Amino acid sequence: MSQLLRLRRTLKFPRALGLTLISIVLGFFVGAIVLLVAGYNPLEAYGIMIFGVFGLPRYISYTIIIAAPLILTGLSVTFAFRTGLFNIGAEGQFIAGSIAAVIVGHFVRLPIILHVPLVFVSAMVAGALWGSISGFLKARYGVHEVISTIMLNWLALYMNNYLIKLPFLHRVGTEASQKIQDTARIDILGVWKTSPEGREWRMENPFWGDILRSEINLGILFALIAAMVVWYIINRTTLGYELRAVGYNQDAANYGGIPVKKSMTVSMAIAGALAGAAGGIQIMGVTQEITVLAAMEGNGFDGIAVSLIGANTPIGVVLSGFLFGALRYGGTKIQPALGAPRELINIVMGTIVYFIAMPNLFTLLQERYFSWKKKRLDISLPKEAGGESKNV
Amino acid sequence: MMAQNESNIAVDLRGISKHFGTFVANDDISISIMKGEVHALLGENGAGKTTLMKALYGMHRPTSGKIFLWGKEVDVTDPKVAISLGIGMVHQHFMLVRPFTVTQNIILGMEPTGLFGAIDFLQSRKRVEELSKKYGLLVDPDALIEDISVGMEQRVEILKALYRGAEILILDEPTAVLTPQEIDDLMGIIRNLTVEGKTVIIITHKLKEIKHIADRCTIIRRGKKIDTVRVHDVTEQDLARMMVGREVNFDVPRGPFNPGTVALEVRKVSSLDGRGLPALKDLSFTLQKGEILAIAGVDGNGQTELAEVLTGLRNLVSGNIFLRNEDIKNLTTKDIIRKGLVAIPQDRQKFGLVLEFSVSENIILQEYDKPTFSRNGILLNDAIHDYSAELIEKFDVRPPVPEYKASELSGGNQQKVIIAREVSQNPDVLIANQPTRGLDVGAIEFVHRALIEQRDRGKAVLLISLELDEVLGLADRILVLYEGKIVGELEAAQADEQKVGILMAGGQL
Repeated sequence: MSQLLRLRRTLKFPRALGLTLISIVLGFFVGAIVLLVAGYNPLEAYGIMIFGVFGLPRYISYTIIIAAPLILTGLSVTFAFRTGLFNIGAEGQFIAGSIAAVIVGHFVRLPIILHVPLVFVSAMVAGALWGSISGFLKARYGVHEVISTIMLNWLALYMNNYLIKLPFLHRVGTEASQKIQDTARIDILGVWKTSPEGREWRMENPFWGDILRSEINLGILFALIAAMVVWYIINRTTLGYELRAVGYNQDAANYGGIPVKKSMTVSMAIAGALAGAAGGIQIMGVTQEITVLAAMEGNGFDGIAVSLIGANTPIGVVLSGFLFGALRYGGTKIQPALGAPRELINIVMGTIVYFIAMPNLFTLLQERYFSWKKKRLDISLPKEAGGESKNV
Repeated sequence: MMAQNESNIAVDLRGISKHFGTFVANDDISISIMKGEVHALLGENGAGKTTLMKALYGMHRPTSGKIFLWGKEVDVTDPKVAISLGIGMVHQHFMLVRPFTVTQNIILGMEPTGLFGAIDFLQSRKRVEELSKKYGLLVDPDALIEDISVGMEQRVEILKALYRGAEILILDEPTAVLTPQEIDDLMGIIRNLTVEGKTVIIITHKLKEIKHIADRCTIIRRGKKIDTVRVHDVTEQDLARMMVGREVNFDVPRGPFNPGTVALEVRKVSSLDGRGLPALKDLSFTLQKGEILAIAGVDGNGQTELAEVLTGLRNLVSGNIFLRNEDIKNLTTKDIIRKGLVAIPQDRQKFGLVLEFSVSENIILQEYDKPTFSRNGILLNDAIHDYSAELIEKFDVRPPVPEYKASELSGGNQQKVIIAREVSQNPDVLIANQPTRGLDVGAIEFVHRALIEQRDRGKAVLLISLELDEVLGLADRILVLYEGKIVGELEAAQADEQKVGILMAGGQL
């Protein structure tokens, strides 16, 4: 009996992973069909993408650069989701975080050892405030978080564009803000690598030199640490316990004495902080400035897909963040090489999300066409174990 | 077994088996159901009663076996076929369009049309009225579903089946949602149906109803047919034994009645219900240590609000609630629990458990922030595991695995988890609001034992129950709640079904 239970638990995780992998394969398959129909050779296109991601050291480093903020916004959506909230607002929280990072990064003068953490924390606080507005509105007035976060996304976008135009922040002659101080930058050797000595060293060391041609930065470290912290909060702390209880069943949580309304606000604040951190590392590591946005950039929206593909678990989000980063970067390579539209990767990602969203399809297929032993075990066990009442 | 005249057999199920994966829900079940009889299918939750009837009604195909109707083999591929063969089924959850009238619901899907395809409402309304009169259903054909009671909704469902020409009517747990009075009415309706030659199959786990209404009863246990018996020839005890597979004790032994000091005093409490209407009106009573005080009454007379007021989920309009000598009026649930009042909630899946949580996570639901289970905001998983394992063993939760999800347990085992959690906090007062709702016989016995054990240990127990048998069987003292007021108080010794029943209906002794 206990052996069966252990077996069952070990089976559970690979099953979810298996479904995800099948979905990913199917996503690429559908993408291939679209390419074929559009008159491109899918094998060639995918070949170019694979080389475009792994072909050179700096390609890998670009993938990592793109993955880092996606992992953070993915974590943001995951955290809210695990506590019963749907955070569509990672986009706006990302913008709020990047604005705060630029302001604190430009106007505050501190040594690098203090400046970098201060900017990072500022971005998180700004994102947290932005997110907690939605949490508060839901807790206090019952405003659905999907509505309020979408509204706040637009507010953030227009606030971004408005602030850039103000004299104190505007960089004359550009559509962008002032740049952050060098002491706030987290790109690795960012200043040195363009100096004469730096250029010379890069010529002599082609591997590292090539990596340094990208804006390789510490953002990925922050993202990985954040993933661990999120896992810990959700699974090991009383805060995570409270938030999960509220997410699964508000009535029972309330009955057990957990402050439901406070939990909603706290949850959205933490989710917002994660998305704000994504905005922060993007400023500190890559752009060093905010620019006028004509439309949403999609950093937060992609976080929703990353979270779903990652099965709403921190480890899954890290993996799917890398996958998404690779696709996003590799996708840019097929356009110049083949003339195939880079939007193809959106089709692939979208299809993966669709397949993941219908696990029942796989269960159905499995029941119809394969009678897997382990699947049978899965169904029969709770009945046999729970239905027994001989000696109640 | 009675002599069976072939032509009298309405339904003949022969060797029906239904497998889900390797789980066998029905194992080679054969039953012959006679025309004009009331045939009960008895079994615990999950025994396979409903699965069997769904096969007859065409909601799924049996893995093997044959179905004969009136002596002819039939292939019931879906409910439409079943209806055309004269089979009707009233499900546990009604399937009615709430903003529609009774008539509109009944004709839905087979509307009689007149000129230019317009629905002939007059004709169908007349048909509905006739049928309603013939079987004593007393349904108003023009009432909106959202305005009528649950009992009436059930009658509309029955009417719907009759309108479609049902000769064989399957009722799935028909009394689960009804008040005692409505149950009596339903019994009358079933009798009218059989008088008119209809065949009725009732799925149930309530022994009393079977004794009351059924002619024969087939007992199913864990997917297998145990026996078909004539109800007249067996006792409730016999039926219970066949259903559960062992002797069942209806009378739980209890110590002498030895009431102590007042543990809880409710003084002139008034409160509103969810719609803002008065639900509790100047309610006063006291609860002593070492007694089980039962609140009897028909559903909807203020029971829910009383439990919510006592557990901090609903605010008072006026009055006071004293726990020992401390006013706990309008405190939060958590504070009330910490002061020694715990509750078994009415709806265990909504209020009692977080179904997606493991058993151990549910066990610490009210105590996770105590130093025993967490320090500096970090959960102490080993301590939580050990404590849960201890309670699981003590309260015999099956399967005995703390990591098992609450949603994977049977209803009875879910209730054990809640009782384990509440009782283990060593409360002074335990409030049990319909603690056995939806449980089968074995689990009910366990819950009753647990309540009596609390009483014998000198705790105060407030039992809120709609089941008259439960109230009479457990209580030391009985209060009857009617329209938000206490309308009568009886000592257990002088109480009987009739007296309590009269008070419940708003009458006077």
